[in-house]
Amino acid sequence: MASVSDVIFYVLAFMAAYAQLFLLITFFENRKTLSAKEDAVELSRYPSVTVIVPCWNEERTVSRTVHSLFNLNYPKNKVKIILVDDGSTDNTWRIISSYAKFPNVKVFRKGNGGKHTALNLGLEHTDTEFIGCLDADSEADPESLVRLMSFFEKKPELMAVTPSIVVRRAGNAVERAQKAEYYMSNVFVKKMQAFLGAIHVTPGPLTIFRKKVFEDLGPYRYAHNTEDMEIAYRMQQNHYPIEQCHNAFVFTGTPPSIKKLYKQRLRWIYGFINNTIDYRKTLFRRKYGNFALFTVPSGILALVASSYIFGRMIWAMAEMVSSKLMEYQTVGLKLAPQPIDLFFFNTQSTLFIGVFITVLVFVTVFLGYKMAEGKGVVFSMDVVYFFLIFSFIAPFWLLQALLNTAMARKPSWR
Amino acid sequence: MNAPIDWKKYLIVFFLTAGLFAVAAWLSSYFGSQKISELKSIQDNIALDILSSETQFSLLSDLSCKNITDSVLSGQLGEMGQKLEWGEKNLGNTAEVLYLRKYYSLLEIKDYLLMKNISARCGTKYAFILYFYTNADNCSECQREGLVLSDLRDKYPSLRVYSFDYSTDLSAVKSMLDIYKIKDTVLPAVVLQDEVLTGFHPESEFEEKIKKFFGLEQGTGKSASGTATGIKSGH
Repeated sequence: MASVSDVIFYVLAFMAAYAQLFLLITFFENRKTLSAKEDAVELSRYPSVTVIVPCWNEERTVSRTVHSLFNLNYPKNKVKIILVDDGSTDNTWRIISSYAKFPNVKVFRKGNGGKHTALNLGLEHTDTEFIGCLDADSEADPESLVRLMSFFEKKPELMAVTPSIVVRRAGNAVERAQKAEYYMSNVFVKKMQAFLGAIHVTPGPLTIFRKKVFEDLGPYRYAHNTEDMEIAYRMQQNHYPIEQCHNAFVFTGTPPSIKKLYKQRLRWIYGFINNTIDYRKTLFRRKYGNFALFTVPSGILALVASSYIFGRMIWAMAEMVSSKLMEYQTVGLKLAPQPIDLFFFNTQSTLFIGVFITVLVFVTVFLGYKMAEGKGVVFSMDVVYFFLIFSFIAPFWLLQALLNTAMARKPSWR
Repeated sequence: MNAPIDWKKYLIVFFLTAGLFAVAAWLSSYFGSQKISELKSIQDNIALDILSSETQFSLLSDLSCKNITDSVLSGQLGEMGQKLEWGEKNLGNTAEVLYLRKYYSLLEIKDYLLMKNISARCGTKYAFILYFYTNADNCSECQREGLVLSDLRDKYPSLRVYSFDYSTDLSAVKSMLDIYKIKDTVLPAVVLQDEVLTGFHPESEFEEKIKKFFGLEQGTGKSASGTATGIKSGH
């Protein structure tokens, strides 16, 4: 007889495997439309685009961000740049004001009010048909904008197109783990969500919107420090289609330490939970499509399953410690090594299910690599770091985000 | 309008996932049955060993005590006990596992009787402990007693511990319970030289008794071949 705990495990594992297979089937349905590299893209018309760069204490990275915009393979007079200093306390203002001399650059300075206020200030000074935002810790690939804009040309009904966000520099293990994770979630999963019409984040680094989005739906809002998620939820609620251009790359700075990564993910997960609560009326409603039936439920499932498996792991460890303690109290310390006998290797179905799900995750990471780098079969230590770091630390930020939500405690940006 | 929902795909993926789970279940059942086969084969070996020893014992009577004691001990009874215990925990109490448990209990009794006879006739120094336990969750003392007996078995190579699950549905086990008047309310119960000890007893107490009754001395710490059966040490 299976215990209640086993039943919960099987149900969650079934849903997790389902979500992974759903993405893979979506990939096989659409694989012919995907290729990593593309020849130079030419548009029949180059519409003007404004890119707003909100900055808060970004003295070290903002120059690279601005120069990446200067280097875009797009007619210079069609790219307008708005740099907004959101009350920085470092040299950010001095640096960005030096760009005011360029005719296509406008700079603004305001008191610190949060990213959404900086973006909204930029929006107020925008008169172009298309608007993008580029976080001041990210750099756009020269071909990114033209590729993003080609989607609007091909599909005029589109309201936003997101790029593939990849790690700028993967030096240490934490950054390399994120490189694999970004390839999986920002390249592969995101593109699959796009095929399903179910993208739930229009990321800060260079998502391009039609101006109509903000005219119709209003400006950015305070949204639990994840306004790029809220605007996507709002667009989905209003049936505004979002696409992803998987080979328009934006390189972003990633937290170089576990502590900083923890803080960033806590903010993201907290944002996911709270935006989902705010938009709970869309959940499982047919009229909101796969966004309501697949993307958001998958995110919720990931939260629940990770928390549950983590709880189960802690429970198993506690049981082991208590049994060892009992052994110690009863017969003292026994350190004699036990001979290895394969008979005692556990072959319960939970093991095979765990293996299958892990393999499915590996496949998605691999496909992410293939889509981003166009390589064949690769083995990279990035994947090992990804599994190690994300399996052991993610449950903590998930649980803390849940706890913070319950206690109505808001995480900070950095 | 959001992209249309492809219900067919939702359904296909459902069946694919179910297929994946079916493969996991099949693999688990395949390896489970391999383990059961291994247990069966070990049990057959034990049965053969015991039958051979009994036959040898009858043939040679008391003429060649030395030869007998060197050869009769079935080395696999301990291994079998451990594997069976693991099997009960991880393969579930299926009809096959329950059958193996019964068969194992019977082999233990046969080994016990045979060893007792050899010991009496040849004057060898063997100590015997019968141990009755239950798998019920609330019997933490059974778990502790199991640990004590395992440790004793390691310390005294000439000690043979035979463990019996109280709930084994086998008349021979029930007869033993009747003989020693053991009820499920007093578990764990240990029979040592016809003395019934119920509840948890510490290692020192057993050591004192086996030294007194059987004159056993501590071994090298390694379990000599065929010294004991597997002891249920709980979960």
